[in-house]
Amino acid sequence: MSTLSPAAARTTPEKSSAPAVVRRRGKSRMDPTRNNTAAGITAWLLALLFATPVLWMILTSFHSETDAATNPPSVAANLTLDAYKEFFGEASGVSPWPSLINSATASILSTVLVLALAIPAAYALSIRPVKKWTDVMFFFLSTKMMPVVAAILPLYLFAKTVGALDNIWFLILMYTSMNLPIAVWMMRSFLAEVPVEMLEAAQIDGANLILTLRKVIAPVAMPGIAATALICFIFSWNELLLARVLTGVVAGTAPVFLTGFVSSQGLFLAKVCAAAVVISLPVLFAGFAAQDKLVQGLSLGAVK
Amino acid sequence: MTTATARISRPGHATAKPSRNKASRERALAWARRAPLLPALIFLIIVTQLPFVVTLIISFLNWNSLSPGTTGFAGFENYVTVLTDPDLRQAIFTTILLTVAVVLASLVIGLGLALLLDKKFIGRGLARTLLIAPFLVVPVAAALIWKHALLNPTYGLINGVLTWTWSLFGSDTPPQLDLLSQAPLMAVIISLVWQWTPFMMLILLAGLQSRPMDTVEAAQMDGATPWAIFRHLTLPHLRQYLELGGLLGAIYIVQNFDAVFTLTSGGLGTANLPYAIYQTFYYANEYGLASAAGVVVVIGTILVATFALRTVFSLFKKEAAR
Repeated sequence: MSTLSPAAARTTPEKSSAPAVVRRRGKSRMDPTRNNTAAGITAWLLALLFATPVLWMILTSFHSETDAATNPPSVAANLTLDAYKEFFGEASGVSPWPSLINSATASILSTVLVLALAIPAAYALSIRPVKKWTDVMFFFLSTKMMPVVAAILPLYLFAKTVGALDNIWFLILMYTSMNLPIAVWMMRSFLAEVPVEMLEAAQIDGANLILTLRKVIAPVAMPGIAATALICFIFSWNELLLARVLTGVVAGTAPVFLTGFVSSQGLFLAKVCAAAVVISLPVLFAGFAAQDKLVQGLSLGAVK
Repeated sequence: MTTATARISRPGHATAKPSRNKASRERALAWARRAPLLPALIFLIIVTQLPFVVTLIISFLNWNSLSPGTTGFAGFENYVTVLTDPDLRQAIFTTILLTVAVVLASLVIGLGLALLLDKKFIGRGLARTLLIAPFLVVPVAAALIWKHALLNPTYGLINGVLTWTWSLFGSDTPPQLDLLSQAPLMAVIISLVWQWTPFMMLILLAGLQSRPMDTVEAAQMDGATPWAIFRHLTLPHLRQYLELGGLLGAIYIVQNFDAVFTLTSGGLGTANLPYAIYQTFYYANEYGLASAAGVVVVIGTILVATFALRTVFSLFKKEAAR
């Protein structure tokens, strides 16, 4: 993370504010306080504008169906849990639970698999790097750049032939391959932060590999592993195309369940919003938890 | 690359002591180094590279699963069809338009937001969190919300706000939009820009916060205007972050399926290549044709990715040299 993490970088502009007092006298257009108030208000307005669809989704999910679909919108309508009860199948009989459980299974197990494959690989690419390790890194990256559609037909045909269609285990393998390159890139950048001096010291003290891993590398890498896991979880949870093609009735995931609402009409607006809220909640939690690392994961570890 | 490798090399590199079986020991050591890497590498080759090779082969076949009798070698026929069929050609065009529009718009808005968030103000952390929210809604859910809760012509929030605003001024004939049927591609673009702007903002914010402040301070001392500082110091520094954001965004958005599927189901000229391919093999069972279209997407992505790799590589080199 070094100097580039938001928390650390915050100190840089602050340091500059001391001499700014001297400057401010002569050049009023450089006045940082006035600038910042205006910037703050603008940023807040834009932040609210961007968050409006999300906030509206949450509000609508707590409205009754008749209050949800009105023009002009009924912002102050009574709040109710009806849409959630309806969504969880008390009235409609179609339960979202199997799809939520499928999503959780696929996301969690593929994340575990990804970590099991990525951590040793990252170790071989940073702590004791293999020859031409940069080439290997770019191979991993290039697989991520290949669109899923370019491989999906053979995967579908293969699954159909061996009877793995609508099977959660096949989807888990697919999600593992989808997230593995990102995980390797992220983990490598985290492991590269283990100070060389500490590794040397451990070696001089005669620590074996297991001990070095446990006492030196793990403490530094743990937050990175957690962030990598959260990001892999998010990607798997969000995925639609593979799930839609490779699963169906039994192994359908939450996003596939959501596609059942694509042609819904206004009668179900509150229910659609409740469904969207419930299915987005795990990602919202994971995403806010991994905020700082999110961009690092998405940019394949290139930006810290 | 060699210097970078040497720099990053950890102790243990020199642990191979000279001995009689020096060569074989070194080989064993090299394999010991490689071993942790191999499971990931082999797994990825089998699951991603092998299927693509199969796609490549199928793309030269005449293969519709509904008429098995006609299966055979087709040569470049499928590729000719992909490039001449009006629907598929439209899909290529839509993919390019969609990608370019979404990437550029979200980059520009993301840059603006990053510049604002780089300043200190009350509640900055919360504002940042609010701004990230669009990126954290499950893409299908986000598309559903845009389709039903925001853009719906009769009860969507956008028309609702128009009605409400007009009624404030005593008018009962507010303008009402119907983007989904009148400008469906625009609807897809808007929802994607909304979802991708936070990503661009986060990358550019990371770039801004890694900016060396001493040169900015020196420029301020010399009386440079904020615009001059932005133009000559900030923008050049952000360049590689802009490129990275743009190229990664392009790679993700070229592949977009969720928004097109949910908002318009590919209707009215909004089918991009991923959606068209999905339809071609999933509903029309034209395996050969779908594979050829898939190969075309890969060629397009390789063109973009070549630049992307270069950008990522320049950042990566910096990091390796640190």
